[in-house]
Amino acid sequence: MAVSGIALFGFVLTHMLGNLKLYQGAEKLNAYAEWLREMGSPALPHSGALWLLRAGLIVAVVVHIVCAYQLTRINQKARPVGYKRRATIQATYASRTLRWGGVIILLFVLYHLGHLTFGQLHPDFVAGDVYNNVVVGFSVWWVSALYMVANLALGLHLYHGVWSLFQTLGVAAPRGGDWRRGIAAAFAFVVTVGNLSFPIAVLTGLVG
Amino acid sequence: MRLELRIWRQPRRDADGDFATYHVDASPDMSFLEMLDVLNETLTEAGDDPVAFEHDCREGICGSCSLMINGRAHGPEPGTATCQLHMRKFRDGDVIRIEPWRSAAFPVLKDLVVDRSDFDKIIQAGGYISINTGSAPDANLIPVPKRSADLAMDAAECIGCGACVAQCPNGAAQLFTAAKVSHLALLPQGQAERDQRVLRMVAEMERAFGSCTNYGECEVVCPKGISIEFIARMNRDYLKASLRAGSGRPKGSG
Ligand code: HEM
Ligand code: FES
Repeated sequence: MAVSGIALFGFVLTHMLGNLKLYQGAEKLNAYAEWLREMGSPALPHSGALWLLRAGLIVAVVVHIVCAYQLTRINQKARPVGYKRRATIQATYASRTLRWGGVIILLFVLYHLGHLTFGQLHPDFVAGDVYNNVVVGFSVWWVSALYMVANLALGLHLYHGVWSLFQTLGVAAPRGGDWRRGIAAAFAFVVTVGNLSFPIAVLTGLVG
Repeated sequence: MRLELRIWRQPRRDADGDFATYHVDASPDMSFLEMLDVLNETLTEAGDDPVAFEHDCREGICGSCSLMINGRAHGPEPGTATCQLHMRKFRDGDVIRIEPWRSAAFPVLKDLVVDRSDFDKIIQAGGYISINTGSAPDANLIPVPKRSADLAMDAAECIGCGACVAQCPNGAAQLFTAAKVSHLALLPQGQAERDQRVLRMVAEMERAFGSCTNYGECEVVCPKGISIEFIARMNRDYLKASLRAGSGRPKGSG
């Protein structure tokens, strides 16, 4: 979970940072998308490096999901008979929604691929004109709402995920002065706010 | 004070069980177990089967008492085993639900008594030091840094009651195992078998229990206040030991 998680965190952070080019206008954003496909050329064919990165990403996603599924099954078997009453004491909302949050993010990614990467789910998809695709895509209010909900789920997932990562990899911190919570919150906050800003910018006409 | 108790009754292992409702008059000065003693006296006098629950020292050090009280292992008072919980923490007229620890690894034997031998198996897998310690050495013969000594003592406070497993939504035994692993790993005497200990104890833990997803519920119900900081320590020890075992040079493999 932790190792594949690191790869996925790397992706969402880079992806958010790359998308900031939306604020530099169509030319910059589209050039960036073209550059992603030109990486590695002429040594690699067009989109060659991109597909290598995609392969890594797919492996990380599959590992992450398979581990999460196995972990969930093990833990369900560990308590075959539940309690009539069990209090939740300090477990965070983020930790308790991790599993369903993961499912929401997966469904979102599938939709998102069809929407902005391959375009089947987009009303007016122009290959190569990423700027147009984002602006037209997000001007449909419910599409933007969907993105915002999914990115809030992602924020919670990242918050518990990053903190857990330290714990799993053995980076300890004393109770009370747990700086790992701060790092997790900052990371989740930056990624979430960045991602939320895109649909908001389009809906408010800041970008368009 | 008059209380309504809803207690899990189960005649024996693998039998069906259900909640039974009782009313009991208790004094706020009684401990929780004394209140159950009063209930059992009435049941016995009436010719009924008394409620089976585990207890031994009744002073918070043996780890026998193990009750899920209103959804919280050892009840509402933090840092307190059931035997040290007093009825003044409840109010007249309260309804109290009492359940056994629930875990595949802790089968119910009768009523509120569970079999916790899977904890013993984790200890048997490596929670010991196999060196001949001889007679008591002079104090300070083996220097131990103050911080290590303090941390080792914090970990050694674990009384193995199982509240961590009981409260964990995953039924994981990480807090117990981490306390036992860290207690020895922090002291000079524990170094010889350090790698083998953590590898074997974790393997045994994983065989019988669920797996940690860092909810952190265990540390709040721990009657000894053991911190999940020890789980991170155990994970670090486990990673290092796995790497060394992988490279064929485990510490203390002899
Ligand atoms: C508001 C936030 C987001 C915006 C505006 C956005 C925008 C985009 C765009 C325009 C593309 C296509 C890029 C291209 O074809 O060159 C893309 C691809 C992608 N996005 Fe997002 N995205 C957002 C959030 C997310 C999130 C939260 C995730 C995952 C959790 C995600 C996962 C992906 C994936 C996996 C791809 C395919 C990458 C590839 O081409 O291999 N996106 N995104
Ligand atoms: S009876 Fe010994 S700890 Fe409670």
